[in-house]
Amino acid sequence: MKHYSPNWELFLCRMRMFYREPEAIFWTYGFPVLLTIGLGVAFRTKPPDRVPVAIQDAPALSDIRRTLEGDQNFRVLVGSVGQCETWIRKGEADLAVLEGETLEYHFDPTGPEATVARLTVDQAIQRAAGRTDTVGVKDIPVTAPGTRYIDFVIPGLLGMNLMGGGLWGIGFVTVDMRIRKLLKRLVATPMRKRDFFLSLIGSRMAFTVPEMLLLLVTGWLLFGVVIEGSLVSIGVVAGVGALSFAGQGLFLASRARKIETISGLMNAVMLPMWIFSGIFFSSKRFPEILQPFIQALPLTQLNNALREVITDGASLTSQWLPLLILTAYGVVSFVLALRWFRWT
Amino acid sequence: MNTTPAVICRNLRKRYLTRGQPPVDALVGLDLIAEAGECLGLLGPNGAGKTTTIEILEGLLEPTSGDVEVLGMRWGVDDGALRQRIGISLQETRLADKLTVAETLKLFRSFYRYGSEPAEVLEVVSLTEKCNARLDTLSGGQKQRLAVACALVGEPELLFLDEPTTGLDPQSRRDVWDIIRRHRQRGRTTLLTTHYMDEAERLCDRVAVVDRGKVIAVGSPSELIHRIGGEHVIDFALKNSHVPAPGVELFADLPTVRDCRTDADGFRLTVGAPHECIPALVERLGAHRLELTRLTTRHVSLEDVFVSLTGRQLTAEELADKAP
Repeated sequence: MKHYSPNWELFLCRMRMFYREPEAIFWTYGFPVLLTIGLGVAFRTKPPDRVPVAIQDAPALSDIRRTLEGDQNFRVLVGSVGQCETWIRKGEADLAVLEGETLEYHFDPTGPEATVARLTVDQAIQRAAGRTDTVGVKDIPVTAPGTRYIDFVIPGLLGMNLMGGGLWGIGFVTVDMRIRKLLKRLVATPMRKRDFFLSLIGSRMAFTVPEMLLLLVTGWLLFGVVIEGSLVSIGVVAGVGALSFAGQGLFLASRARKIETISGLMNAVMLPMWIFSGIFFSSKRFPEILQPFIQALPLTQLNNALREVITDGASLTSQWLPLLILTAYGVVSFVLALRWFRWT
Repeated sequence: MNTTPAVICRNLRKRYLTRGQPPVDALVGLDLIAEAGECLGLLGPNGAGKTTTIEILEGLLEPTSGDVEVLGMRWGVDDGALRQRIGISLQETRLADKLTVAETLKLFRSFYRYGSEPAEVLEVVSLTEKCNARLDTLSGGQKQRLAVACALVGEPELLFLDEPTTGLDPQSRRDVWDIIRRHRQRGRTTLLTTHYMDEAERLCDRVAVVDRGKVIAVGSPSELIHRIGGEHVIDFALKNSHVPAPGVELFADLPTVRDCRTDADGFRLTVGAPHECIPALVERLGAHRLELTRLTTRHVSLEDVFVSLTGRQLTAEELADKAP
């Protein structure tokens, strides 16, 4: 008689159910890649914009006009007083230089661009007129890979994906099987419950590998994102994160009997993490008083650890605390899920 | 052949408690024995307690009280061994749409220590040609045959089928009946629920009529039919120009009448000998100047048994409720 392994069959069935669902493939693999590309393009690094400056077409200002036109920091618009005022009003120029008793700078002092324009234009004019700087300084530009927005956002997207995949991939699927009475049918066989849970989590882990590689490779190929840490360390952090969220997904799904219930629970759990956990911007931007709460969110810990390992090449041992917190979330929710799990 | 009954349950009670609502007693002291090797049908209307009973026997529900023994074992003690030896088809399970027939059956096969090859079972349920088809492409009848195949793949000694043919077309129903008969021919036990009289009559060795949470009669279909006395039914209706319409007592003393009751638009007499009863009936009607608009005779069916036991009919709505 042929030998059949329930673990293997359950795992295979889970894999088939996933890859035969085109929508699931898109949301798991396609969407994060598109998001990466979109964000990478939108926030690409480019040379600083020239400051648009308007200047009155007057013979007395011709020296100044030549100075500004010869400086590549400025884009100079020349026109009558009326035109200059229109350009300022419409935001086409940040500052207008007009003739008066003295030289006049017209600008909106509440706008940061206009304030910068005021300072740079004035400096250029004063220097051209002979003012010398008394303190020697040197500008050192910092735009090396690793500090750009795309470098920041790739680990965040990876973390977000691990959260979504774990919660939806386990939670939604489990509730769907409960609604179909497939769970009830399975528990009516001699299937060991352990095998069922192992296959759910095992297949989730298997989906994580391409998910992770796809994002990292997209970032690396298209935007030159540098991966400082070892792939093994990244894999371990991502794996612990995936397991943790798989446990949480199972916990959320342990009793729900309706798709609406599970969707609501998922969104309630995910929404704060989308906002606070540092996916698109640093969680340090939130006030100090919120930090204990923010740092207690599993996704914050996962994103922190991923950033440390991917961008800074931190060692695994240095990340023991986030890994411990993630493991605790995973283990506690898994144990509670097993205790409360409803098969019917 | 093993002579211990496959299923014994005594004084089974089940009370459902829902917060904010009065408790519902689904079973109120149900007794049942299924002999090894027989096909036993639980027959009754919706809400009679059939599914509750079968799910308790399957170990999926806990009874509030009562005693259950399945294949000489008990739930809560021998679950692992019991699950290996029974096969179950639930009322409306939707298996995974994206899997193929063969994949689904192989998955179920993998849970059992011993069993048939999936290909053999597909042969039995005539799904061999469909083995590589995904479930979302199957018809209702094919899905139901696959559900039964999943119940059979572990070579169960005892097969539980909850409404195996509800919602199927006549041909698909017959296909499922054939599968069940073959299981029975191999000396194995089947316990099924149905609200189709013809299904119970043709398929089951014995029928337990369930109503309002208990078994109100058990026996082979022919025994049950004999038990209500007559073997024939006379249905007739009268022209209603005569008011008031006569009561049933007008016919109770006619020769060989065992039972008489009003039907939808007329009367139904259960009689032993129609050839004695009909002439007397015609004479009686004539004496009262009553005119017949319809008169038919037929053999007693299980439906009549049900009506005579419960005083009501399995209504069309009750049947329609069940259609998917």
